[in-house]
Amino acid sequence: MMRRTHPALSAWAWLVYGFLYLPILVLIIFSFNDSKFGGTWAGFTTKWYGVLLAREDVREALTNTLLVALSSTLISTVLGTLVGLGLWRYSTRFRLPLTFLLVTPIVIPDVVMGVSLLMFYSLVRGGLELTGWTFENGFWTVMFAHVTFQISYVALTVRSRLAGYDRSLEEAARDLGASSVQSFLRVILPLALPGVLAGALLAFTLSLDDFVVTYFTSGSGFRTLPVLIYTSVKKGVTPDINALSTLLVLVTVVAIIAANAIMRPRPGRRGEA
Amino acid sequence: MFKSFRNAQGAETRVLDDIDLDIRKGEFFSLLGPSGCGKTTLLRILAGFEQPDAGAVLIGGRDMTGVPPNLRPVNTVFQSYALFPHLSVYDNVAFGLRQKGIGGAALRDRVGRAMETVRIGDFGTRKPDNLSGGQRQRVALARAIVNEPEVLLLDEPLSALDLKLRKELQVELSNLQETLGMTFVFVTHDQEEALVMSDRIAVMNRGRVEQLGKAEDLYERPRTAFVANFLGQSNLIPGKVQEVSPGGAVVLTEHGLLRTVYGADLSVGREVMLSIRPEKLRMERDDETEGNEVRARVDDIVYTGAENQYLLEANGQRLVAFQLNSDIGADEDFDYEEEVALYLPPASLVILEEG
Ligand SMILES: Nc1ncnc2c1ncn2[C@@H]1O[C@H](COP(=O)(O)OP(=O)(O)OP(=O)(O)O)[C@@H](O)[C@H]1O
Ligand SMILES: [Mg+2]
Repeated sequence: MMRRTHPALSAWAWLVYGFLYLPILVLIIFSFNDSKFGGTWAGFTTKWYGVLLAREDVREALTNTLLVALSSTLISTVLGTLVGLGLWRYSTRFRLPLTFLLVTPIVIPDVVMGVSLLMFYSLVRGGLELTGWTFENGFWTVMFAHVTFQISYVALTVRSRLAGYDRSLEEAARDLGASSVQSFLRVILPLALPGVLAGALLAFTLSLDDFVVTYFTSGSGFRTLPVLIYTSVKKGVTPDINALSTLLVLVTVVAIIAANAIMRPRPGRRGEA
Repeated sequence: MFKSFRNAQGAETRVLDDIDLDIRKGEFFSLLGPSGCGKTTLLRILAGFEQPDAGAVLIGGRDMTGVPPNLRPVNTVFQSYALFPHLSVYDNVAFGLRQKGIGGAALRDRVGRAMETVRIGDFGTRKPDNLSGGQRQRVALARAIVNEPEVLLLDEPLSALDLKLRKELQVELSNLQETLGMTFVFVTHDQEEALVMSDRIAVMNRGRVEQLGKAEDLYERPRTAFVANFLGQSNLIPGKVQEVSPGGAVVLTEHGLLRTVYGADLSVGREVMLSIRPEKLRMERDDETEGNEVRARVDDIVYTGAENQYLLEANGQRLVAFQLNSDIGADEDFDYEEEVALYLPPASLVILEEG
């Protein structure tokens, strides 16, 4: 049933969306601007994208970003799925505290996450030095830092995907001759799969876009795209950075839309057991 | 067999206590009892989802204690159906056979036959979400019987359905059990359902089996007050054994001496509880001096259509009598406040175990 919206309300909605998306729209438009300086429109061009890909530092940051995003997503998807399944399957008195612990990394300010991870890594490094080992901040520190906040998203998506399903489904599979591994593979995993995929996509975009936590944990030699953008715009906004940002926006939007499409309940799925 | 559950505080509750059941091959066996009495727990122990703390489960003579559910020759119809939502009806039914490595024509044949048996032959490609409650019930049934288990466990399979459908499926289930010759263990808290369907019934209360027997035995000769009142209604009359002979006992009650054909082995002076079904009480206008009669006054009348239910007051005790509402004896209907004579047939006066 569609209901007529009050004109004032829809005007307000447009205003809000405008406020949210206008800056991004400007950014995208200017990435196609044939002028070295922002502010004036000098005709359409795609040359900045070419300039961008020719830059050595951009290519390196892109490689770093993709490596971090892919490996952290892989790890956090496996771990987060297990946590989500555990939360669905076991009703312990720890369920509520556990859920709370999962939500915390999501709502905690990024800066706090970044600082605490930085401290944590230096503590670990201090401990390791006693044994003669050491490590630099770089790929590994950034990657594990991303995993820490990605796990929560994956776990909660998997958990919410399974929320409508009864635990007796697993028992039914066991009853029909499936071992616990088989019942996991043939029943639980297929049911959770949309949640797992959506969680993975979400985790991937979060890693791709992350600036704050990465900035704190990356050290000096290791740069991802968001960090590169930040250090570049300190010297002034250039059109090729606009182009880079546009590409990031594009990838993120596509991933989020895909995640939503996967999670959307199929028509006909009813809540009842 | 015993079973306790530990709660979150670490305290133990004994959920099943000293259960000893011998279920016969090919019979329709019901577990009947109020909510929380341990029926589901017992069924889950049979299926292998729970382990007894002490005791053993034998199926077909083989010890199954500790054997995981997937290796037991048993299948379950779950109360919530637990159909796999991501699989079609056909794939749901085929799940168990595929698990056993059966495929090809044999699979198609057996799945098809099971689906025909429960009349869901046309629904093969549908997803469980697009079925009605009754149809889902049938799918759950087909998914279990297709495996030809030695025992089929059913946990209140009809309780989510409306009355009319429930009655239909009761009949279908009974017929199905007869045709298949499979052992059914059927859990219900509906006494009528148990009476209609079962060969034998175990009445459970607070983790114990109160009485085990044929429907008729349980109804006609309940052994405890719980059974007397859980299966239908009963009038309970306390008393003391006055005299015992091979033909039965004579019990002294508030209403004087009452003779029963039971209790020939009781000792004189023992406190007992007598039980009689409301429909076995005969209401009469005049005393006929054959004994076992109680004077009573009509307090209230409930008209239920097929019968009149009289609430009576007799020597300070409340009794209930049901009289058939037959056309012929229109003048036999009794009135409020009317004094009547109640005849308690000795063959219907049962002595319960606890006094
Ligand atoms: N996993 C469990 N942990 C703790 N207590 C339990 C557990 N399962 C059941 N119980 C308790 O055991 C008792 C028996 O439960 P059960 O489910 O067997 O009853 P039931 O006869 O099937 O009841 P209903 O007719 O309501 O289904 C209940 O008091 C219940 O609270
Ligand atoms: Mg139950």
